[in-house]
Amino acid sequence: MTLKKEDIDKNDYRFKIANREALIGIGLVIFNFIWWFGFAYGLGGQDPSEYSYTFGLPNWFFYSCVVGFIVMIILVFIAVKFFFVDVPFGEDEENEDK
Amino acid sequence: MNWQVILPLLLFLVIVFFVGIWAARHVKSSDSFLQEYFLGGRSLGGFVLAMTLVSTYGSASSFLSGPGAAYNQGLGWVLLSMTQVATGYFVLMILGKKFAIITRKYNAVTIVDFLKERYQSKWVVILSSISIIIFLFSAMSAQWIGGGRLIQSLTGLPYITALFIFTASVLIYVIIGGFRAVAITDTIQGSVMFIGTLILLVGVIIAGGGVPAIISDLAAENQNLITPFGANADLTPQYVSSFWVLVGVGVVALPQIAVRAMSYKNSRSLHRAIVISTFVVGFIMLNMHLIGVFARPILPGIEVGDTVMPLISMEVLPPWLAGIVLAAPMAAIMSTVNALLILVSSTVVKDVYINYINPKVSESGIRRLSMSVTTILGVIVVLMSLNPPDLIIWLNLFSMGGLEAAFIWPIIGGLYWSKGNKYGSIASSVVGIVFYFIFETYYPQPFGMHSVVASIVLAFIAYVSVSLSTQKKDSGLSNSFN
Repeated sequence: MTLKKEDIDKNDYRFKIANREALIGIGLVIFNFIWWFGFAYGLGGQDPSEYSYTFGLPNWFFYSCVVGFIVMIILVFIAVKFFFVDVPFGEDEENEDK
Repeated sequence: MNWQVILPLLLFLVIVFFVGIWAARHVKSSDSFLQEYFLGGRSLGGFVLAMTLVSTYGSASSFLSGPGAAYNQGLGWVLLSMTQVATGYFVLMILGKKFAIITRKYNAVTIVDFLKERYQSKWVVILSSISIIIFLFSAMSAQWIGGGRLIQSLTGLPYITALFIFTASVLIYVIIGGFRAVAITDTIQGSVMFIGTLILLVGVIIAGGGVPAIISDLAAENQNLITPFGANADLTPQYVSSFWVLVGVGVVALPQIAVRAMSYKNSRSLHRAIVISTFVVGFIMLNMHLIGVFARPILPGIEVGDTVMPLISMEVLPPWLAGIVLAAPMAAIMSTVNALLILVSSTVVKDVYINYINPKVSESGIRRLSMSVTTILGVIVVLMSLNPPDLIIWLNLFSMGGLEAAFIWPIIGGLYWSKGNKYGSIASSVVGIVFYFIFETYYPQPFGMHSVVASIVLAFIAYVSVSLSTQKKDSGLSNSFN
């Protein structure tokens, strides 16, 4: 099987959607990193004897790892629910939809 | 022998075995053996897809060595492991729909198929097949050994017997059931991992007298254990952050992970899988590593990190429950090894044999060949695991970073950059692998980061510069991408 140019139409609307969703993924990772890094080293950098605690866990850990994880779940859910678009993947599926 | 622990494990093996037999019915009735055997007929729903991603990714190292490292390093290691939360959503969002649509158009069943159609180059195919076979083959033997050791430590059987029990059960369902068997058993195994870590975490917290008591015990022992910097204060922010590349975003380029992004049924299953896998990966990683840290005040002085999980389970849980929980690391190992096995087998059959040795092979020939190649590969790995050669151990240490350095730009650039071409792809893989080995061997942690970061940066420079400078030579073919 060879690559046929006409198979990959750059104006395919589905690719525009896919590209936008990939950018959302990159945005989420960057946000995820900043949250994780900021709380971990921002709060965790001080002397351990001055740490404050939530549910018994040091605050840096609680906000960076526990809350950070919950925040990411919520953001991923919102992104997928409201910004991701259903598209058909294959030719068959496309025909079925028409 | 401790039958109360062993019975739940045996039951687990039996269930997994029957799933293989059930999946084999699909293989028999499918129109396209290749699509079914190596990709489950591209029909995975959201939940199965999420769980197969999670459990392929969570391996012996994350279930046995991970908690062991957390035991030694404290909360800093849990922080490091949380870089993996990104894996769940990032892989599926980046490869996402574009990969699914293009691989369907190409009729691609493997990652190498995708690269072959995208770059139209024999050398890309050969180079990528070789990297997959060498790296994943070595990675498999480590999992095999881990499985054998785990059964050995639980049952007291000799290592060789344990290894055979473990491999026989994995091999049979993979050989007859193919990808679908792998994905379904991954789902069971992922669920076991999820529930297992939850039960064990609760057990450990109760045994330790509550979270505040555990944390103050840790701080009293060594206050570095509750900082982000590790027990000896040597986990630097640069180093810990560089794991975002190795275990977070770089995972996009692991063939055993990327191939799963070809197998979903429709966008709805993709969407569901993104949410579920983010939740499950994060939940398992957080709990499992916390278990490691919390185990320290309860069972001080464990010397071998890999034994923390089994020892703490037997300590804090009743035996039958420990048996169920310990099915979790076994599940992790089995589900990684089965994914690797089917992937290496598809590389040999589809990418090498059908492409170059005998393109005209019949449907029934493919069927026989696929099953025998899977069997032979399985047997070779078992034999190597009896007494693993140094080379294998060495390669397997490098397999994750090496694969990422080799594949990340050919895959990502192939999908999103129209100017990327075969010369760039070859240059990027060669530069990535070579520099990864050089860094790992002679100069670990350039700029204080894991060496995979520098290798991926160099591979990127190679991909872009070589692709741009060879635009004229490679006129047109793939310019229609964007």
